[in-house]
Amino acid sequence: MKIENSKLKIKRVIRTGFFNFWRNGTVSLASVLVMTVTLLVVGFISFFNAVLDTSLAELQSKIDINVTFVTTAQEADILSIKHSLETLPEVLLVTYVSREEALEAFKERHANDQSILAALEELGENPLGSTLNIKARDPSQYASVAEFLESNDTLSSDGITIIDRVNYFQNKTAIDRLTKIISSADKLGLALTVFLIIVSMLIAFNTIRLTIYIARDEISVMRLVGASTSYIQGPFVVLGIIYGLAAAIITLLTLFGVTYWLAGVTGGFLSTFNIFSYYLRNFLEIALIIIGSGVLVGAFSSILAIRKYLKI
Amino acid sequence: MIVFDRVSKIYPDSSVALEEVSLTIEPNEFVSIVGPSGAGKTTLLKLFLAEDHPTEGNIFFEEVDVHTLGKKEINDFRRKVGMVFQDFRLLPDKTVYENIAFTMEAAGRTDEEIETDVPHVLELVDLLPKVWNFPKELSGGEKQRVAIARALVNDPDVIIADEPTGNLDPANTYDVVQILKKIHDMGRTVILTTHNKGIIDSLNKRVIAMERGKIVRDDKIGKYEN
Repeated sequence: MKIENSKLKIKRVIRTGFFNFWRNGTVSLASVLVMTVTLLVVGFISFFNAVLDTSLAELQSKIDINVTFVTTAQEADILSIKHSLETLPEVLLVTYVSREEALEAFKERHANDQSILAALEELGENPLGSTLNIKARDPSQYASVAEFLESNDTLSSDGITIIDRVNYFQNKTAIDRLTKIISSADKLGLALTVFLIIVSMLIAFNTIRLTIYIARDEISVMRLVGASTSYIQGPFVVLGIIYGLAAAIITLLTLFGVTYWLAGVTGGFLSTFNIFSYYLRNFLEIALIIIGSGVLVGAFSSILAIRKYLKI
Repeated sequence: MIVFDRVSKIYPDSSVALEEVSLTIEPNEFVSIVGPSGAGKTTLLKLFLAEDHPTEGNIFFEEVDVHTLGKKEINDFRRKVGMVFQDFRLLPDKTVYENIAFTMEAAGRTDEEIETDVPHVLELVDLLPKVWNFPKELSGGEKQRVAIARALVNDPDVIIADEPTGNLDPANTYDVVQILKKIHDMGRTVILTTHNKGIIDSLNKRVIAMERGKIVRDDKIGKYEN
């Protein structure tokens, strides 16, 4: 009997919610549009973050340190330095380029420059040292990698340093600046995200509060005929959820069109990032976030906004 | 039985709405409460429905202090009391049928009960033809009859009508009073507040007169006196 009763109650609450949505067409439309704007903000912010992340990752991947060894360095010594570098937690990848490979690459690069090739021929021997190319996990960690290279651990077996030069010290300012830009862009992105999401959710909350304010007399009548709190609140929560769902669907469709258009426009300067294919690839996740935010904002706004009128 | 035991209501700004009001209303009584605006009639009813708390004193309904009831019990209690207001307070987005059905749904009645009881109660107030109209399509008198039907449909023990004829013309006023009499004859307690001298004089029932928060007169068969 009890289960029967609550089933009946849930059915009535949902039906009333849909009725209210349909009958107050204009209010519903306005609320859905405001919620759509909120969800679009959420959507655009996640795209913005994705673009930022990809661009930063791309920039980061371009930072590295090249260690050039003296031409007399033994390969075994170099490989042992490579090995100890690889044991450092900060280091992601170390690539060894031998003297011969360096020469090949040099020749290839200057294949059209006969004078350089002739000069090289003149020298008779390979003037290039082998190099280690080091990538750190994070740009801020290059300093400690460079420090390690300065230390005694990199001395050869006979106690003389075999490192000719480390280009970190030449690139230090650039690397530092980039590191700073990346970390502040990350922070700014987060602050902006939080701020915009809070603002747009407040707007959505206020809109729903307004629709409930319109119904305040109705709520007091419901109270006086002995309707329970959940019975009064229920249809408004359903209404909030419908607003959220409708807004989420409109948002997802809008994003579909906008990203398609943006992908064409931004293709030039975001060479490795296609916003449209990003959207399609991550559609499930994005849809989940958008629908989830819509439903949560709708339901919670209703619950919070109606509380004031339930005190009788 | 309804008992007000030395009930006072003093608002935070020290204005006194009720002062040591004591009165007893027996089951199946028809009581009219009269008095000028601000006499405390509506406050009395609000306190009875637990819409507001008394500053002092107790209010009992069937030997239970209504202000000691929990939330759920208050809902159950309110379903035993049918309310009719001067401004009708119908739900504008619901049809006549839905306005009445809503009260039954809130009380957890089944769909079958609703389908049989709503037309029945509308017949009682002579409004069956308007069952699918919205409140804005009804006249004042018709709206008040819907409100009475709504108050009646859950078969309450008590009907409270707070200035039900305040917004009605004489013909509609007469109709509404006749319906209230009919409800009383069906064995319910009716509490009516009004300004209308004609109604009081024609009823020949108990009249309680209030002034400045106090009961100044309580006549078994009263007339309206200025």
